[in-house]
Amino acid sequence: MDWTVISRNIDFLLGGLVVTFQLAVISLAGGIFFGVLLGLARISSRKYISCPATLYIHFFRSQPLILVIFWFYFFVPILFGKPMSAFISAIIGFIAFETAYFAEIIRGGIQSISKGQMQAAYATGMKHHQVMRYIVLPQALKNMLPSLMTQSIVLFQDTSLAYVIGLQEFLRRTSLVDSREVKSIELYLFSALVYLVICLTMSLFVRRFENKVHQGV
Amino acid sequence: MIDYNFDWGIIWQQPYGPLFLNGIKTTLILSACAWILAFCLGILVSVFRVSSSKPLRFFGATYVEVFRNIPLLVQVFFWYFAMPSLFPKPMELWLYDNISNLPFFLGILALAFYTSARVSEVFRSTLLSVPHGQYRAAYSTGLTPYKTYRFVVLPYAFRLSIPPLTTEFLSCFKNSALTMTIGVLEITGTTAYIESFTWRGLEVTTAASFSYLVITLCIIALMAFVEKKTRIAGMIHQAR
Repeated sequence: MDWTVISRNIDFLLGGLVVTFQLAVISLAGGIFFGVLLGLARISSRKYISCPATLYIHFFRSQPLILVIFWFYFFVPILFGKPMSAFISAIIGFIAFETAYFAEIIRGGIQSISKGQMQAAYATGMKHHQVMRYIVLPQALKNMLPSLMTQSIVLFQDTSLAYVIGLQEFLRRTSLVDSREVKSIELYLFSALVYLVICLTMSLFVRRFENKVHQGV
Repeated sequence: MIDYNFDWGIIWQQPYGPLFLNGIKTTLILSACAWILAFCLGILVSVFRVSSSKPLRFFGATYVEVFRNIPLLVQVFFWYFAMPSLFPKPMELWLYDNISNLPFFLGILALAFYTSARVSEVFRSTLLSVPHGQYRAAYSTGLTPYKTYRFVVLPYAFRLSIPPLTTEFLSCFKNSALTMTIGVLEITGTTAYIESFTWRGLEVTTAASFSYLVITLCIIALMAFVEKKTRIAGMIHQAR
């Protein structure tokens, strides 16, 4: 065991962690934004809106993320005749993929709000988008925050898959250092530990928050 | 707009057609093996987590947190690149030289341990959701704790856990694609392999996406049927 390999390469590795966080935060914001739209589209009473949304969600939920990343890195640029950088295509891939999962969480949250709330809001003369914006979504968001946060942890872990298109995020840099220094055990244990600490901190936070929500009810 | 000449024949052409079918077979075998292993480990760990012994509960909780909070890809790399070098040098070389399917087996292990943490959480929550009245009724008819679990609690909990387990199996099936990074030729790996020979990635990847979609739909249909057959009388089951 030679743990100095970590201290020698710490700057390079932490640089990768920064890329990982950038990927996670941008994809999270995009995923939730489009997830809300898609979730609303999924429960729309208009067939021509709800049908494509449902198809999109089912399609992406049946695909492995790694394949989706390949699609957006190698093949979508062929179809449009424009090359994309690994970072941009990874982000588009993550957003396209995670949107489907966030949409399902948001649909569940909205459907957990009792019908009486909507009826009362309509009775006061609100329009559909006002009912959603001021009455349903604020309550639904509170109910689904724990699941949203759990999915965010999953998303954070999923960013490691950008490895396959050569994006230099944390895991890729770990394996780059490994191919130069051949210290697999130390390096992979270290990267596992970093992911573990970050995700565990987030999930402990989610659990405390969950308890608080339950107490509030 | 699209500047690309499609050649769909590539999927059926020798030797790529059989290669692709072999990829589908590998994905199915790999995810099935990992699932069986994960299922057994998951039951064991969930029993630890609801047991009355504190060290066992602690062990169970640590197991779940460790395997759930490290990305699967890191775990796959750990099993493949780091684990063999924990053995003495001659044995490590022997492993790499003599076991031609090493990535396949280590892929199964990585996937199984990762999935088992999730499966044990499903079991734990269903075990906890069995109403207390069931235990009391079983004990009051004179059943021993073992018999209570065997004949009352577990049959009930298993049926409750079918929908979440289906979800977990589907993730296990999709996650098997990650083993391509250590050289297992499952569906995604085969796709990249064929692409490197033919430059026909678009067609092959479409076929791959289609395969995942069809297999997922088949599993969902099958499990919906199983769910209907094993429905617990008097419970409200939401339609999917």
